[in-house]
Amino acid sequence: MSTSNIELPAWIEILLIPILNICMALFFAGLIIFAIGENPIDAVRIMLTGAFGYDEGVGYTLYYTTNFIFTGLAVAIAFHARLFNIGGEGQAYFAGLGIGLTFLLLDGMLPAILLIPIGILAAALFGALWALIPAWLQAYRGSHIVITTIMFNFIASSLMVYLLVNVLIKPGSMSPETREFSEQSWLPFMHDVLSNFGIEVTRTPLNMSFVLALVCCLVVWIYIWKTRWGYALRTAGQSEAAAVYAGIKPKRIIIITMCISGALAGLVAVNEIMGVHHRLILNFTAGYGFTGIAVALMGRNHPLGIIMASLLFGVLYQGGAELAFEMPKITREMVVAIQGLIILFSGALALMLRPAIVKIWLAIRPIPSTPDMGGQHG
Amino acid sequence: MINQPLANQPLSIELRKISKRFGRVQANKDIDLKVQRGTIHGIVGENGAGKSTLMSILYGFYQADKGEILINGKPVKIKSSRDAISSGIGMVHQHFMLVDTFTVLENVILGAEQSALLKASEVNAREALQHLSDEYQMSVPLDALVGELPVGQQQRTEILKALYRNAEILILDEPTGVLTPQEADQLFRVLQALKERGVTVILITHKLREIMDITDNVSVLRLGEIVSTHRTADTSTAELAELMVGRKLQTQQFNKIDNPTTDNGIEVRNLTVTDERGLTRLDNVSFEVKRGEIVGIAGVAGNGQSTLLEVLAGIQSPGSGSFTINDYQVDANSPITPKEMREIGVQHVPEDRLRLGLVKSFSAAESSVLGYQNRKRFNWRLFLNIRKIRAACKKLMQAFDVRPPDPKLKSSSFSGGNQQKLILARELDKSPAVLLVGQPTRGVDIGAIELIHQKIIDIRDDNCAVLLVSVELDEIMTLSDHIIVMFEGHIVGTMKGSDADKTTLGLMMANAMDDAA
Repeated sequence: MSTSNIELPAWIEILLIPILNICMALFFAGLIIFAIGENPIDAVRIMLTGAFGYDEGVGYTLYYTTNFIFTGLAVAIAFHARLFNIGGEGQAYFAGLGIGLTFLLLDGMLPAILLIPIGILAAALFGALWALIPAWLQAYRGSHIVITTIMFNFIASSLMVYLLVNVLIKPGSMSPETREFSEQSWLPFMHDVLSNFGIEVTRTPLNMSFVLALVCCLVVWIYIWKTRWGYALRTAGQSEAAAVYAGIKPKRIIIITMCISGALAGLVAVNEIMGVHHRLILNFTAGYGFTGIAVALMGRNHPLGIIMASLLFGVLYQGGAELAFEMPKITREMVVAIQGLIILFSGALALMLRPAIVKIWLAIRPIPSTPDMGGQHG
Repeated sequence: MINQPLANQPLSIELRKISKRFGRVQANKDIDLKVQRGTIHGIVGENGAGKSTLMSILYGFYQADKGEILINGKPVKIKSSRDAISSGIGMVHQHFMLVDTFTVLENVILGAEQSALLKASEVNAREALQHLSDEYQMSVPLDALVGELPVGQQQRTEILKALYRNAEILILDEPTGVLTPQEADQLFRVLQALKERGVTVILITHKLREIMDITDNVSVLRLGEIVSTHRTADTSTAELAELMVGRKLQTQQFNKIDNPTTDNGIEVRNLTVTDERGLTRLDNVSFEVKRGEIVGIAGVAGNGQSTLLEVLAGIQSPGSGSFTINDYQVDANSPITPKEMREIGVQHVPEDRLRLGLVKSFSAAESSVLGYQNRKRFNWRLFLNIRKIRAACKKLMQAFDVRPPDPKLKSSSFSGGNQQKLILARELDKSPAVLLVGQPTRGVDIGAIELIHQKIIDIRDDNCAVLLVSVELDEIMTLSDHIIVMFEGHIVGTMKGSDADKTTLGLMMANAMDDAA
């Protein structure tokens, strides 16, 4: 008997199952750590204190979280329209170019109050543009979006190398990066903002784009579930035929949704370029775009879930770095393997436990008082 | 007809206290059923009454929570369809389980191959099938691709498949839903022949006339329980209908509008549509529907009715030719979108309600604004006004008796009939000037059919032009003031609703008027 169409209460779907999945992943990670001769309990402790134990750790954790929220949202919104945007990486990268070009042109001329919004807008626009081309190809030429977005990751990567090495490079410099942008274009660091309120915390890369990420979560949630455009988006995602019947144009939905998705991915560049590096550098996207797929999967394509999943990945990144440092036997690759396990269990095998949980739930749940069969008359 | 075989013969099928629960729904409860060998046993009941569950238990798709199954007097455990087949049970599903791109022969041996190489199986099967089709006068071209055969022949392939696997018990699930009346008659002759040779047939249907015509005994299921088992000869359609629904039903008889004097709501002129594969779906179709009139399009499914409906609703573009709908002229150069159609007062109840009519994962409230999501009354500034949408949905549900009347419930958790009522409610609520309805009562319970038909007649009497497409001939004849029969994209005949008769319509549907003449 199939259990996929039996509904479980939200707390089981959203909390219990993900937590069980993570526990399973940690169990297997523990086995591996044990096998190489380290104590798994210690390892977990180091990871958690590394991520949350002191203010610097928290700062780094949330800084990573910010990127994952952006790319997770990007994948999720596309997914609701049944589009699989694998191109977050390239869209974020290309968005960096948007910021770079704008700031190289304008940064001496405008005050921060104008420069920062323009930078954010440029990132969103360039990200959207890099998603628009695959979207158009999908909508009007039938090229599969998975393939084209992957290809566009490569194109973005090569293009950036070319531009940074040959065109945008700081004159006289040996490393392929632009000059530093003027300070008016920098997004305020969290430690600076907090110190304005008299709270002193250690310097970390965490900056105001974290707030932007949370705002994006809210906006995406409202857009998908509370507006007529989100309604159209979900209709097209659930059934193209129903969308056409309802007067919704699926092609247009593909274009609009991919642009929003690309813009969200593009905001990674805001965190990295405007928030941290203050210059355009190579490979600042560092795989966040791809991890966003796992984040969206884990977060069940819901902004709240994405925040949770992003935080988890933030912990893995920050705590993992700490772990590699504290336990020499656990190398950086080992940490990546642990991340892989978590993605495996909460992404690819996310529904593995569900049938069993459905059975348990059916056995223990409170029996409803009136079994209404819905189709009766008389 | 042999109604009562020898009493000392073991029962072909005996079910004892079969119960099955799905979550909160008790699908079958303490079902006792005895079927004599060599009889045709009908099982009737509304949707959701538990017919399909019961047969799925017998065929091994589900296991009963409780109860026993005895085949030929011996208790058996049926855990899969393989077990069912080895117990001599064969099933012909409502939607055929055939591979379209295989020949009949290949389909028959599929899953019953005797060796790794097909050659030997094919030779054996060909001989066996020849024998079977001679015995039951059931000729099917063995080397034809199944996808190219008419539905009736595909169904025979299914029956042959079961017989080839030595089925002594044959379960048919709604077998006549897709057949012309003539094909249905042929099927019944085959079933008679099977019965005479000792095969036990279980016929699941909601068409009571078929039960009366062909079965020896009939059991009525309601709310998961068997409420009665009769010898067919001792009962009547009225009694069965009452048992199924649990209350008395009036027979529906509507007045027919013979010569409407109103102007045209729909006027189709030389409409031809070719699909992307180059097949002509509609071939030079012309007709009109006056305001305050119901025109019914009869025809076996797949003869262009669906295309016609989609073109008129703006979903497909008209190839050549033109049509006027509620005074708007449409042709290939000036097409119209479904959105604009709604704006000019053309409402469309789609044939395929699950694919087009609603979104399964949406709440009923969300589905109740599908197509109207941009209307002012459902929006507040940038946002959908979910409270208003729910209130409006609740109203629709009350007006059309949708059960349960809970707008927050997922669309997919309603029964087919209630989904259909919700869609009809949504479209009729907009007081259409032109209504396009496809299969309004497909898979809908008798009780709900009454209500749906009444609502369609009401809207006609409000001077709406109604185009009705249905594969149910009874429905066409009950509702239509004017009947058009389509065959392979042509109009092959027209008839007044008031003097329609089933035989003539059936012949037209098979495009066999000339042969009969």
